[in-house]
Amino acid sequence: MIVAIQKIGKYFSLLKQVFSKPENSSVYFKKVVDEMVNLGVNSLAIVSIISLFMGAVVTIQTGLQLNNPFIPKYLIGYATRESLILEFSPTMIALILAGKVGSSIASEIGTMRVSEQIDALEIMGINSSAFIIQPKIIASVFFFPFLVVLSMGIGMFGGYLAATLGGIISKAEFLYGLSYWFEPYYIFYALVKTVFFAFAISSISSYFGYYTKGGALAVGRSSTKAVVYSSIVVLIINFIITQLMLS
Amino acid sequence: MIEIKNINKSFGSNHVLKDVSFNFEAGKTNLIIGASGSGKTTLIKCMVGLHQQDSGSISFDGRDFILLDKKEQRVLRQDIGMLFQGGALFDYLTVKQNISFGLDMFTTMSQKEKDDRIAFCLNRVNLSNANNLYPSELSGGMIKRVAIARAIALKPKYLFCDEPNSGLDPQTAIIIDNLIQEITQEYNITTVVNTHDMNSVMEIGDNIAFISEGELAWSGDKKSIMSSDCQVLNDFVFASQLFKKLKQ
Repeated sequence: MIVAIQKIGKYFSLLKQVFSKPENSSVYFKKVVDEMVNLGVNSLAIVSIISLFMGAVVTIQTGLQLNNPFIPKYLIGYATRESLILEFSPTMIALILAGKVGSSIASEIGTMRVSEQIDALEIMGINSSAFIIQPKIIASVFFFPFLVVLSMGIGMFGGYLAATLGGIISKAEFLYGLSYWFEPYYIFYALVKTVFFAFAISSISSYFGYYTKGGALAVGRSSTKAVVYSSIVVLIINFIITQLMLS
Repeated sequence: MIEIKNINKSFGSNHVLKDVSFNFEAGKTNLIIGASGSGKTTLIKCMVGLHQQDSGSISFDGRDFILLDKKEQRVLRQDIGMLFQGGALFDYLTVKQNISFGLDMFTTMSQKEKDDRIAFCLNRVNLSNANNLYPSELSGGMIKRVAIARAIALKPKYLFCDEPNSGLDPQTAIIIDNLIQEITQEYNITTVVNTHDMNSVMEIGDNIAFISEGELAWSGDKKSIMSSDCQVLNDFVFASQLFKKLKQ
């Protein structure tokens, strides 16, 4: 318990260092852009593929559950939309990104630690934690919401394909369901969740990478811990924000 | 000049440095020598601020590192260049970008001035054609030379080298040693080299501190090391048959 509290304290102490004033804003800005490409743009393919199939599966399963003549068929489109916006796109994509981006961040920073690149930054007089971690957090917080919006769109398209090609419902019914009783607040809720998820994934993974001790094996361990802890925190944040914003 | 006084450092119950005091002189290649595990790397890490000593002072031309606030320490660190054992080049940057890194962060030089400085540094370490290579494409000796070029790009007053010859063949090791000595003399830098390579000691040892079990056991230069009557130093220096024969 005491160790856990110490680690949480160390995490917040690292965050304090991370959000200090940059030595050179233009260099940091370039790093943020690089990280957006590295962490965000490079995740477009995996997010698209997962979202397409996720939307298709949600539609098929909803179709199976709503197989009752008294329930209008367009509700399949409606349920697909709501499931994707409220839960599947933000949370599922966050968990996927915790695996892909989280392990990438932890192993990159961990390798920098064991190969003394972080020491080299410190000796040059650079705040290494701010220089390495701050651009990753900023890039994640700004880019993950775009990924989630994209995931929602592609997920609905996947649902549309499954519904129409699989003969579950007609094209018109599915599209009517997608636009039926739309609540823009749910998009806001999903994006707020995503911002918190992005912060948690990037900062927790950076923490485990930054405090890597040892060699290659330790980098692997940091990477695994980053994914496990980021995923757990994503689920906890999901619960708290849902309780605060929807209940 | 770097002056260290009564440096003590422990890790838990392991007392690694015991009251170490020494003066590292400007314009000279100052060597810290000793067996593996004697505390050399801990001492150099205390000097550059990567470890904080438990007691004692480290003063860079009169500026006591520990008494400076964080901002002043960062400014002082801009006067420090360091060559790490493994080079510690940023592996996502090319050779040119590695050398340009400090210039981008801390200077207001124009691109032309930066390019000139990079070309000068690379030329100085005989690597004029390596601009666009990544560290993974370089040999061990080239990595060390790029690391030296990066360390001198900001015209440091103090240069620290941690085991600069480790993993290098004897010929390349001598090239690196000579390069470090030439740079030290040309720019009047206070250079501190941490090594256990006796060839380096005999090549460039202007001012030598011998550390044994965390204590300063002997100090002198490369000439006096051969005639020293310090037993622990002799056990270290004349461990090989070659040096035993040389002494005889």
